[in-house]
Amino acid sequence: MGVGIEVINLNAWYGANHTLQDINLNIPANHATALIGPSGCGKSTFVRCLNRMHETNPIARVTGTVRIGDLDIYEDAKPVEIRRRVGMVFQRPNPFPTMSIYDNVASGLKLNGFRNRHALDAIVERSLKDSALWDEVKDDLKKKSGASLSGGQQQRLCIARALAVDPEVLLMDEPASALDPVSTSKIEDLIFQLKSQYTIVIVTHNMQQAARVAEKTGFFLNGRMVEFDSTHKIFTNPSDKRTEDYITGRFG
Amino acid sequence: MIQVPETRISPPQQRHELQSAAAQQIDSASPKASEIRNFLLHRGNSALADRWFHVLMLLCALSIFGIVLLIAGELTIGSSLSWGQFGFNFFFKTYFDPNTHLPMYWDPVNGHFSALPFVYGTLVSSFLSLLIAVPLAIGVAVFLTEMCPGVLRGPLAFLTELLAAIPSIIYGLWAVFVLVPLLRVYVNPLLTGSLGWTGLFSGDNPTGLGFVSAAVILAIMILPIISSLTREVMIAVPHSQREAVLALGATRWEMIRMGVLRNARIGIVGAVILGLGRALGETMAVTMVIGNTPEIHRSLLANGASMASVIANEYAEATSNLHRIARTVIGLALFVVTILVNAVARLLVWAVTRGAPARSR
Repeated sequence: MGVGIEVINLNAWYGANHTLQDINLNIPANHATALIGPSGCGKSTFVRCLNRMHETNPIARVTGTVRIGDLDIYEDAKPVEIRRRVGMVFQRPNPFPTMSIYDNVASGLKLNGFRNRHALDAIVERSLKDSALWDEVKDDLKKKSGASLSGGQQQRLCIARALAVDPEVLLMDEPASALDPVSTSKIEDLIFQLKSQYTIVIVTHNMQQAARVAEKTGFFLNGRMVEFDSTHKIFTNPSDKRTEDYITGRFG
Repeated sequence: MIQVPETRISPPQQRHELQSAAAQQIDSASPKASEIRNFLLHRGNSALADRWFHVLMLLCALSIFGIVLLIAGELTIGSSLSWGQFGFNFFFKTYFDPNTHLPMYWDPVNGHFSALPFVYGTLVSSFLSLLIAVPLAIGVAVFLTEMCPGVLRGPLAFLTELLAAIPSIIYGLWAVFVLVPLLRVYVNPLLTGSLGWTGLFSGDNPTGLGFVSAAVILAIMILPIISSLTREVMIAVPHSQREAVLALGATRWEMIRMGVLRNARIGIVGAVILGLGRALGETMAVTMVIGNTPEIHRSLLANGASMASVIANEYAEATSNLHRIARTVIGLALFVVTILVNAVARLLVWAVTRGAPARSR
């Protein structure tokens, strides 16, 4: 089951660039939350702060509090522990090209010393079924490399890889922006199904996508969160003028 | 080749007038657009110069083929007599001393020639040097690409590449005066003491010369090429691969192993083979420390000789025709082997940096 995320006074920098300023919000458990906003508004930086990937860049810096469940991720735990509990899917599919499909999915568990063959088989199958890829790849799980799949399949493989370690939260940074419309709708269906089991945070450029998959939506602008509310409210009756301007296409 | 349409070329006289007129006008501080157009239009046809340039560059490029073909031809012709004399057996033959019944291979005085000890010496010293250099080089590359603080990266990379620029005679001198005494006094007794039972390190060679010394100096010499190429293929691994591994909860070492080394492994193999190519052909430094004895011993501390070292050593000493030819055959074999090894290595490195496996992004 997923857990909620509580963000208090989060600030982030890239060098001298103050990319996130005083972000406060509560992301509900077992729901999909969408983050929208123009390019460079800080929404990607924000999700990367939720699994401490932001600080892998040597010039990056973060202050503030992020609680995932009851774990204060910047106080109580090491980055590697957080990332085992918080899965991430990137904008461009990045399967491991030198590994088979099976090994791609099992990589997270193998990395952490999980060796039970039967259990691994079962987990790989379940993860691929959860990511709606099983039927397409079940015949050459160990024969084909992760790079031999199409772009949309690769992205679902990356989702399966993230699901295999049974995370509590799944972060998706524009997961469909490099994909064609058919693959995109498959990913969206998937998000719809997965949110019963995981807390999903999805960054997207596509406002229709946010409206289709998410219950909650946050609007980011220039490193600040302008508005955070139910998706329905954001898209029909936003409280802030800037949100209205953005969703009606006046800028961005 | 680009052909300028005939109609664009004005008659010579008219062109000349226009050209000088245009050149004059262009001298003024702010030429009008029409004047510039006029100037450019009548600058003349450079197709001929282009053609000459093309031919010149083609000749430069062809000279490379010419040189390789000349070397290959010379070596083949020079050794053709010996093919009739020894055949392929030249590389495997063992003679026996009629008095002592000990094996011997290379006795120019009595006309006994076998390349076996040199082939053995080249292979053993090269592979031994890889054994030392490869872990070291990969370590250097990993440190430089993944963990080195920015201030150190430039100087360190520069220094490693500087190692490649030192002439091999300097390495040889350093080996003779510093490395060999060091190995003889400290390292060789240690090897004999701990690993003597294998027979690979029996310590009855008081000189300190031999395969181990040759391998160590070779390892230092091939370290820069292996580490700089490894560094290149590691940098070529897309950043998204590193992030993918990190996001699964990997430590830094696990990220390097799974996200970087795994993707770069074909290129690293290429880098290693390229280092092997250099080790196989390295002459001066090896000649100075390998001992130059055409014998085969089990012990790696024993004196030996390599294909390159025997050519260098007996360069001016060959008195009989057969001796000269035998030496040329060794040269030909070395030439073929190093070219093949280099070709394979380049192919592997190319496959990685042009992105065969890690193509995403």
